[in-house]
Formats: sequence, C-alpha cells, structure tokens
Amino acid sequence: MTNRDDVIRIRGARIIDPFRGIDVKDDELHVAGGRIVSRDDVRDGSRPVRVVDAHGLWLVPRLTDMHVHLRSPGQEWKEDLVSGSQAAAAGGFTIVAPMGNTDPPVDIPSLVEWQRHRGDAIGLVRIFPIGTITHGLQGERLADLYTLEQAGAVGFSDDGRVVASARLMRAALSYSVSLRHPIIEHAEDRALAEGTVMHEGDVSQRLGLPGVPEQAEALIAWRDVELAGLTGGRLHLAHVSSLGTLAALAYAKRSGLTVSAEVTPHHLYLTDEAVEAWDYNPVTKVNPPLRPQSIRQALIEAVVSGLVPVIASDHAPHHADEKAQPYSAAPYGISGLETSLGTVLTVLLHSGRMNPVDLFARLSKGPDQVMGLNYPGLLTGAEADLTLIDPNARWTVDPARFYSKGHNTPMAGEQLTGRAVATMCRGRWTMRDGEVLEADGE
Amino acid sequence: MQDLLGLEDLTAREIDELLDLAQALREVVDRPIKKVPTLRGRAVVNLFFEPSTRTRSSFELASKYLSADVINFSGSHSSVQKGETIWDTAQNLTALGVDAVVVRHGTSGVPRQLADLLRVPVINAGDGSHEHPTQGLLDLLTVRQCKGTISGLKVAIVGDVLHSRVARSDLFGFRALGAEVTLVGPPALMPDSFAGPGVRITHNLAEGMRGADVVQVLRIQRERQAGGYIPSLEEYRERWGITRHRLQWADADVVVLHPGPQNRGVEIDSDVLDGESSRVLSQVTNGVAVRMAVLYRLLGGTYDEPR
Amino acid sequence: MAILLDADAMRRALVRIAHQIVEKNQGIDDLVFVGIRRRGVPLAERIAQSVALSEGRRPSVGVLDIGLYRDDWARRPFAPVEATTFREPIDGKIVVLVDDVLFTGRTVRAAIDALLDFGRPRVIQLAVLVDRGHRELPIRADYVGKSTPTARSEKIRVLVREVDGLDQVELVKRPEGGA
Repeated sequence: MTNRDDVIRIRGARIIDPFRGIDVKDDELHVAGGRIVSRDDVRDGSRPVRVVDAHGLWLVPRLTDMHVHLRSPGQEWKEDLVSGSQAAAAGGFTIVAPMGNTDPPVDIPSLVEWQRHRGDAIGLVRIFPIGTITHGLQGERLADLYTLEQAGAVGFSDDGRVVASARLMRAALSYSVSLRHPIIEHAEDRALAEGTVMHEGDVSQRLGLPGVPEQAEALIAWRDVELAGLTGGRLHLAHVSSLGTLAALAYAKRSGLTVSAEVTPHHLYLTDEAVEAWDYNPVTKVNPPLRPQSIRQALIEAVVSGLVPVIASDHAPHHADEKAQPYSAAPYGISGLETSLGTVLTVLLHSGRMNPVDLFARLSKGPDQVMGLNYPGLLTGAEADLTLIDPNARWTVDPARFYSKGHNTPMAGEQLTGRAVATMCRGRWTMRDGEVLEADGE
Repeated sequence: MQDLLGLEDLTAREIDELLDLAQALREVVDRPIKKVPTLRGRAVVNLFFEPSTRTRSSFELASKYLSADVINFSGSHSSVQKGETIWDTAQNLTALGVDAVVVRHGTSGVPRQLADLLRVPVINAGDGSHEHPTQGLLDLLTVRQCKGTISGLKVAIVGDVLHSRVARSDLFGFRALGAEVTLVGPPALMPDSFAGPGVRITHNLAEGMRGADVVQVLRIQRERQAGGYIPSLEEYRERWGITRHRLQWADADVVVLHPGPQNRGVEIDSDVLDGESSRVLSQVTNGVAVRMAVLYRLLGGTYDEPR
Repeated sequence: MAILLDADAMRRALVRIAHQIVEKNQGIDDLVFVGIRRRGVPLAERIAQSVALSEGRRPSVGVLDIGLYRDDWARRPFAPVEATTFREPIDGKIVVLVDDVLFTGRTVRAAIDALLDFGRPRVIQLAVLVDRGHRELPIRADYVGKSTPTARSEKIRVLVREVDGLDQVELVKRPEGGA
C-alpha cells in the first residue's frame, strides 16, 4: 500500500483537464497527502517517490456521475454502498451522486450524513447524496431542503417520479433561489406514461408493447422551464430523451435561465430497436425508454454542442430475479456505472464527434458546475481525484464481471473502445487494471 | 419452422403450407370419429396466463383429435403466484416431458422469450397486443375457403387495431399473401406506422369498406372508453359499428369475420353476425383445424433432430 | 436399373386384378375401391375402369392419405398431408385397398387403421401392383400384379402416367449402406 505521505509521480500521460481547458501531452503530475502538489514541493527528496508510468494513457480529473441509484438504505439486494462504490471506482468515477428514492427515502438529514460518511469510510468514491424534493417522495410538501443541504446534499430530486404538481414544483424552484444546489426533475407526464413500457413509435406498434410518446417528457420539461423563468430557480432535467425537451432547453438557454440537463450513455448508444433485438428481454426496459435513431442523433448533437452539459448513467441496478419477468412486469433500469465511460468514448470520441476536453467536461466540469461543487481542476492544492484512461482499449461488455450487484444491461456483448485503467480518489488508488482495491469499510 | 410465434415471421410459402395442411385436417374435424393417432404419446401443455375458454378449448381439442395428451395450466392458480418466475414454471413443465408449449400471456413477447429458453416448440396462443397467429391463420383459411385465394382481395380490418393481437396477425398474414389491407377505426386506435405497401389507414368506415371482399370486425373493449380512446361505445357504434345497411358498402359477396367474443349491437349488429355474409362459425371450426395443422407441423417431421 | 413391368404388362396386370376382384366377390355389389395416396389412387381408378367395362357399372373410388397414421413420422422429414375423401360411406361395404407396392406392410397397417376410423367395412381386401417381400407385419395381399423377390437395399419405383408421365415399374439397385 502507498503510504499517504508518499509522493506519487504520474508521468508520461496526456493530461486533459476540462476545468482549466487544457490538453497537454507527455506531462507529469505529483500527488501527496491526498492532493495535487507541485514539482517543487517534492524536490527536496525527504519523501519517497513512487513513479507511475502512464505513457499512452490519458489523465482526467474528477469524473463525476451525478445520477446513480445505490439502493441503500432499504434495497441492498439490488446494490449497497460497498458494491456501488466498487462499481464507481471500476468505471473510473471519483464522485457519484445517489438519488434519494431509497427505502426510506433520503428526506431527512441523518440519511444524507449516513450515506456520505459511509461512502467516506468505504473510501472508494466520494458519495455526494441527492436529497428528495418532497417529503417521503409523496409529492405533497417540500422536504426540509436547506437542512438536507447543510447535511451535505448536493441536489434535490424525486427521481423515479415526476413532481406532478406545478404548484409544488414552483415552490421547490422558488426555494432553490436561496440554496446552492439544483432541483433535479424526472420529467414525465404521469397520465401519458401510465401503463407504458417503451417508446411509442413504429417498433412499439409492431411489437405490440404499450408505448409512451416522447411528448410525455417534453410537456413537463417545458412546464418546468417556464417555472424556472417564473421563479429564477435552479433547474436540472435528468436523463433527457426527447426533441421537445431539447427545444425547451434551447429556449431556456436563450432566455438566460439557470437550466441544465443530462443525458445517459444508453440513450446515446442504443435505440428502441434494441427491444426487438433482445427478443423482449426486459434488460432493455428503462425510463425514459430507449428512443428511435432520430432522437438519439439529436441527443448526441445536444451533448456535442453543450446544450446538454452533463452525461450521467442513471445507474439502476436490479436483482436478476426482478428482471426475469415479462416485459410489462419487470422494473425499469440499466446498470450503467461500469459501461458509462466506454460507451461515451465509443460514441462521441472515436466517432470524431468531440475533442477530449469537451467530452470529458460532460463527465467532470459539467456536473461540477450543475451541482455547484467548484472543483478548480488539477491545480496545486486541489484534491487528487483523477482517472487514467486507455482511450484505445477494445473490450466487450460482460456483466458477469461487474462489481455492481446489478448485471442488468442491454450493453452486454457490445464491443467498446476506451476504458478506465486506474482510478484515484483522495490521492489513493481505488482501481488499477480493472481491479478495485479493498474497500476500507468492510 | 421451430415455433409459431407470429405471422410476421412467416413467408407466404410457409403460410400457404400451413393452410393446405389445415384444409386437409379439416376433414378429421368433420368425421364422426374425430381421432387420428398422429401425435399419440406426445404431450402438449396449454400454458394460459390469461383467461380464455375459447382458444384454450380449441387447442385442447386440436391436440386431442391428434391423440396427444394435454395438460392445462392456468397462470392464475398456480406456482406463478408463489414467487416462481414464469420461466421457472415453463422449464419445470417441459422437464415433465412435455413436447410442445402453447402459451397465452397478457404481455407481448412472452412466447418469444419462452422459445429462446425452451428446447421444445412454442406456439403463441395470443400475447398482449402483439400477435395471435393461429387466429390469423384461421381467418386466412376461412377466407380462402370462401374466395379460393387471398391474393388481390380487399380486406378491411375495422376497430381497435392498436390493442388487437388479432389485427396484427391478420395484417401480417393477409399482406404476406398479397391482399390489400385497409385498417379502419378511431384515430387513437390506429397504429399509424402500419401504413405502407399493401396497407392503408382510414378513419372513415364508408371509405374503408368500399368494395371490400372481407371485413374483419374487431372487438371493442369497454376500457377504451375509460382510457379516452373513444368517447363512448354508443358513439363508436354510430361511427364504426357494422350494420346491415353499412354492409352494402362492401362487395356483394363480402365475407364478415369476427374473432369473438362479439359485442352484439356495438361493433357488429346481430343481423350481420347471424346473416348470410357471416362466417364466424366456420372460423371456429377452422380454428381447430388450423391448430391441428400447427401442432402437426411443429411436432412432426424434424422434431427428433437436435434444435 | 431393370424394368420389371412395361406399360403393356402393367395394363394387363391391372385388368387381371379387376377380374379376380369381380370373381372373388361374385359381382360388384357393395364394392368400394380406396386408393392409398399417391400412386395407389390412379391404380384404383384404372382397376375401377376395368371393372366398369366388364360389369357395366363403375364402383366408387375413395382417396386415403395415411400421413396421420404413420408410425414412423417422427423419424421422417415433415410431410404434407392431404385430405381423405370417400364418395360414399364404407359401413358394411367390401373395401378394396389399392397401393402400388407391398413391402414391410406398415403402410397397409396404417391404411387399415385409418379406414376403421371412418366406419366398419364388412370386408377389407388388398390389391397391390407389386409385392416385393420383406414383410414386418402379418399382412398379405389378396390381389397381386407381380410378385418379385428383391434385396432390401433395392428399390422398386412405380411410375404412373397420371403422376409421372409414363407407366413403368423399375427395380433400382442401390449400393449397400447407401441412402
């Protein structure tokens, strides 16, 4: 084990730091005491130096997945904070923001503190909890948002459910003006979505599965954008997947509103054709549903242009038995932490659509800004959260090798290019060569 | 052919072969002693997760006329409610030595998933809003008996196409055999993506029925009223109900079909249903012949060879 | 390949069978022919025609498809089945089954099973154009056009005008162990 006082010198890597907008080849970086240190700080030779040769690899700071479900407390058969932390480290992430729709929901400060401290004790990834917007996820009255924020919540969401009442959403957005963190909406018109299991379109019509039109998302997205305009509040739209939502985002941007959004890797990679290709296996069942090619293209363009500044996995692990049901009965969700990076690199980088600085911004600076975390980038004194990436590694997704308890992914069998080969959180290696280091908390 | 999951998967030739076979087997149904030893020693399970007396009885008789043994397994009082997945249930049943699985389920795709899982032939007896291939085949057989051929016929399918597995199987079957299909009904119940070569969509009954050689009348469920797809059954009848008067819009020798059970006085009037154009009872008889043909086709022949 | 019967020999064999049938049954009252699909059917038609020439009335000819009664179907590729049709009920009748070749006897066994599902004939008799031996069941023909000893590996091909375009019976030698 590396002693915390040892100096780690990572040399030879191409350092891509979206926080500072730099991309430098064959550079080196020193880490000591959990922070980035300058070359001068370690030149005196008083501390042992461990050299890591990272030639051919890319070094990026603080990969963040601001939308995951770690299922704890309450549903530890699906995932727990240890397996979720391991999955995050394996996937190259140093921050994850778990949604508050646990059992019980994260609507009281003690649960925020528990998740956060438990994450620190495990020590593989920083767990920054998202509190609920409404008490008990009931959609009736606001949770104590300030108290949750004081306890460490970095955002608020009833994810999994829309805030159905416009009055309540207005209240939440209005209150957010006095907070530092955003209101995150799961935009979905309930009445339109009720009983549906996939995107409404030619595939759903042919397969005879009940479909939801993309407008179910856009209606709420437009409502919330209007409410953000009304209140000046801070709105973030989770897992956007509709043309109408993109139009609402563009409108919000033109109007100078504080509105942001995220898109998932699976919506960038797959289409609703996957439902047929998987022979109705509900591994493809996810909310919002996989969309047709035309929408997938528009989502890619929105990420490229920066209209959507964040990519987040919506990591939603389930037990195999829960997915072993007919399509309508199976729960929504894809286990995404361990395929997110490879998927994104395959779709956006290797296709030549994005340069590395912009691409990694969607996974680091973007979520940092949305959540108001203010990480400075790889400057001397900054927390040493970084990931080494082999951008050209070709690999095939095999859920049996996941650290996550959830093996539910329609990415199974896909060949991807690019993956994290080492993850460092707080100056300590949490994953090397695909192997997650021992969790401290066990 | 390993399984029968939907008519969308079949070529015109495969459909024709099944219809020829069903036509030959129809003779067995008309015999005084309705029993041939063809599938003696074979066991078929009817795995019905959705209540259905008509289709289940038809499959059961088809198996019995061919001398197969039949087990009826209904999803509502069974181990399915004891925490077992339906995949466990199906695998256990085939481990008992069952040679074919006939499955009906309220969710689309369950037969296909079972076919991927099981080593014995799977026959779809209706899945969700997806397909009901034996109903499609019996409709084709009934029309072929009346008209001699399917190719070139004008076929109107009237009603709740969106939620109808019968409509999908009919559409795929009639289209494959060269008929011109018109889907007719309320806009909210029309899957617009089906329009294309050989298939058009209209909301106007007079237009849809004009010159039709075949009118397939679909059952309209009361739930569609609650779901807001139609204002009321009364208004539905007013605009899309098949009455004696409206039947005159079709060809003089029109054949009227209905997959049953019928809502008399809603989607179809009694004097049409009981009238000379109606073939609903031959549909029922042909249903047994078609199911015998499917069982014979899937359990005969290459069955002994490894899948 | 050797020709066992040419068109003329075939014609004479069928006429002889027709006479034997009339003689044995002392006329044609209650007589019904049933051809086993496929080549038994045209042969039955021709025998019925010969009977008509001598007796002034043509017995009816039914068509029997034994596909549903085979005991070896699971080992054969899928075979289409065609309809079985009788022009009149067979209860109490003298049914003469007609087939082209009598070999193991299994086809005739299936045909008898099938017939009995349609009714209760007074008598069932069997007429075949060629009896090649190698019976596996206790079955014999009442009327035989030609008996000929064969090796199991050999094949008898009966060609009829209505199906094959010419009348001829061939003995085809196949290599041992061949298909």
